[in-house]
Amino acid sequence: MKKVYDVEVDCANCAAKMEEAVKNTAGVKDATLSFMTLKLKVEFEEGADVKAVMQQAYKNCKAVEDDCEIFL
Amino acid sequence: MNKKQKNVLCRIIVTVVLLMAAVLLTRLLSPHIVVELMLFLLPYGVIGYDILRKAGKGILKRQVFDENFLMAVATVGAMCLGDYAEGVAVMLFYQIGELFQSIAVGKSRKNIAALMDIRPDYANVLREGVPEKVDPDEVEIGELIVVHPGEKVPIDGVIVEGNTSLNTSALTGESVPREVGCGDEIYSGSINLTGEIKLKTIKEFGDSTVSKILDLVENSAMKKSRSENFITKFAKYYTPAVCYGALALSLIPPVVRLLMGNAPMWGDWVIRGLTFLVISCPCALVISIPLSFFGGIGCASANGILVKGSNYLEALSKTKYVVFDKTGTLTQGVFEVTGIYPENGFTKEDLLEYAAYAESGSPHPISQSLKKAYGRDLDVTKVKEIEEIAGHGVSAKVEGRHILAGNVRLMEQKGIVVSREREGGTLCHVAVEGVYAGCIVISDVVKPNAAETLRGLKINGIKKTVMLTGDSEDTAKRVAEAIGIDEYHSQLLPGDKVSAVETLLDAKGAQENLAFVGDGINDAPVLSRADIGIAMGAMGSDAAIEAADVVLMDDDPAKITLAMRISLRTLRIVKQNIVFALGVKAVCLILGALGLAGMWLAIFADVGVMVLAVLNATRALKMK
Repeated sequence: MKKVYDVEVDCANCAAKMEEAVKNTAGVKDATLSFMTLKLKVEFEEGADVKAVMQQAYKNCKAVEDDCEIFL
Repeated sequence: MNKKQKNVLCRIIVTVVLLMAAVLLTRLLSPHIVVELMLFLLPYGVIGYDILRKAGKGILKRQVFDENFLMAVATVGAMCLGDYAEGVAVMLFYQIGELFQSIAVGKSRKNIAALMDIRPDYANVLREGVPEKVDPDEVEIGELIVVHPGEKVPIDGVIVEGNTSLNTSALTGESVPREVGCGDEIYSGSINLTGEIKLKTIKEFGDSTVSKILDLVENSAMKKSRSENFITKFAKYYTPAVCYGALALSLIPPVVRLLMGNAPMWGDWVIRGLTFLVISCPCALVISIPLSFFGGIGCASANGILVKGSNYLEALSKTKYVVFDKTGTLTQGVFEVTGIYPENGFTKEDLLEYAAYAESGSPHPISQSLKKAYGRDLDVTKVKEIEEIAGHGVSAKVEGRHILAGNVRLMEQKGIVVSREREGGTLCHVAVEGVYAGCIVISDVVKPNAAETLRGLKINGIKKTVMLTGDSEDTAKRVAEAIGIDEYHSQLLPGDKVSAVETLLDAKGAQENLAFVGDGINDAPVLSRADIGIAMGAMGSDAAIEAADVVLMDDDPAKITLAMRISLRTLRIVKQNIVFALGVKAVCLILGALGLAGMWLAIFADVGVMVLAVLNATRALKMK
């Protein structure tokens, strides 16, 4: 399953770091964050609990880049 | 400028004033060192408090290699070493650079959003005769909607009432309004200009052209190019590498000097190390590459060319072979009379008139094109005894004279000698009262700018152009010669086209790409098999939009050349930025290590390069 979220982040490098953080979240198969459109596209693993996974992904993002927001 | 940006701008101005005051006061009064430090700490605090806070948070979270941390260490280090003005200036310029970047990116976002401002906000649906303003999502297939002048067409539909002209420029890049009337199918996203029209919807909003396009453009930024991935990876190693370099530069030389019995000169080497830190910020690269691609895709969209991802824009620039499916791309797929060759004393007008009348009863495309070429209304009472001879032609009485019109076999069958075979197209031979009157050539018309397109492709680095067609050898040869294509394959069945493309794919070099251009009808397999599938005139054809990597909204072949030019230009900008940013940073790192570059040059290497790279990247959006 794929879902797209709006994000807010100020710098391109931070966006790359967030993308990496979301990718490394358990339950996420793949993720792409476009700094240009400020959209995060997440592909979830089969049967993953989307809400829980995204909560965790959000936490992981906050850990690498404090000044960011994902609109879940 | 948004609130955040305005806030930063205020802080920058205040800092500049405070910094100048501090410099002046220290020069004039040469105060006590503590007072001097206070004078400089004030602007430093104003401009850098958020960076310092973020750096502190970063350290707590073990994220040491982010730019906040780098800036904090570099500036605090400079202050500790007594270079107060430099310390404040580094922070100041860093903030100016960030502000500039944020404005430039915001502007590009806005530009592209404006290009894509085709999303309709509402639909006027007629329910039980009463117009009602609803969300386009709520309209079902087959409902009637009203579109007033000035409004966007919200959903694809067929006009059931009214005439108007439509501005389709958002969809096709074509600026000439399109005249439409009852029975015409129109696409959502176009703007109604003159008259009120009533539509019967044929699709749901989600499947309508406008939704498809928006979807495609929004997703395009998600497919990252190899250059983008390269730079993100590069940044991942670059920053830590430079940081460790800075550490080594501050520690090793002084220690070595100590061991050799010289004065260690700690301050000098630490400053060189701090210079490294300032240069190490990878933002110039990381922002300018996606920004260039985004601009390129935006520029293409503005011209009615939808590129589905940065990776495709990049691949397009490496295209060396372009394969065309003839009908619908190079030719119009419409039959027209292209030659009239009368014989035995008949005039051209006679020939065309007899042929048009004889064929008047047939719905065949050939008779339609004869009728069109004849131009005048046909008086059907003049024609009698029309008899279709299947696979051969027709026989009829026109104004009492016996007319035969059809192919060579018909003539042979009736014992009429056809003087000579003509090349190309479909031939319609005519005989009047058993006397051969000549023939009319009907062929698929070459698009006016097809030849120019092929020339344009050659100029833009295409090695070979190939045409595939199901037509006869004669027709294929005629078209190929007319437009100057390098190679053609005729008499292909749809399946043969895939194998023809596969043969070409095998023959090309690994670094060369092959693009296939189709009109989106029955060529989805080939579109997806080629390195890049380009669908033309795809408005309304879902299968083509799905299968292609590049979608041309109208059927003008010149757009292919334009797409090539945009991609080449975008890639050129990307390369310039990579070489320029890396080059300047490398030079500054070397100069910094040798002690030839101070903080000021480091600031240029960081902020200056970023500003220039971003400015260069925004060029991708504009295409002359």
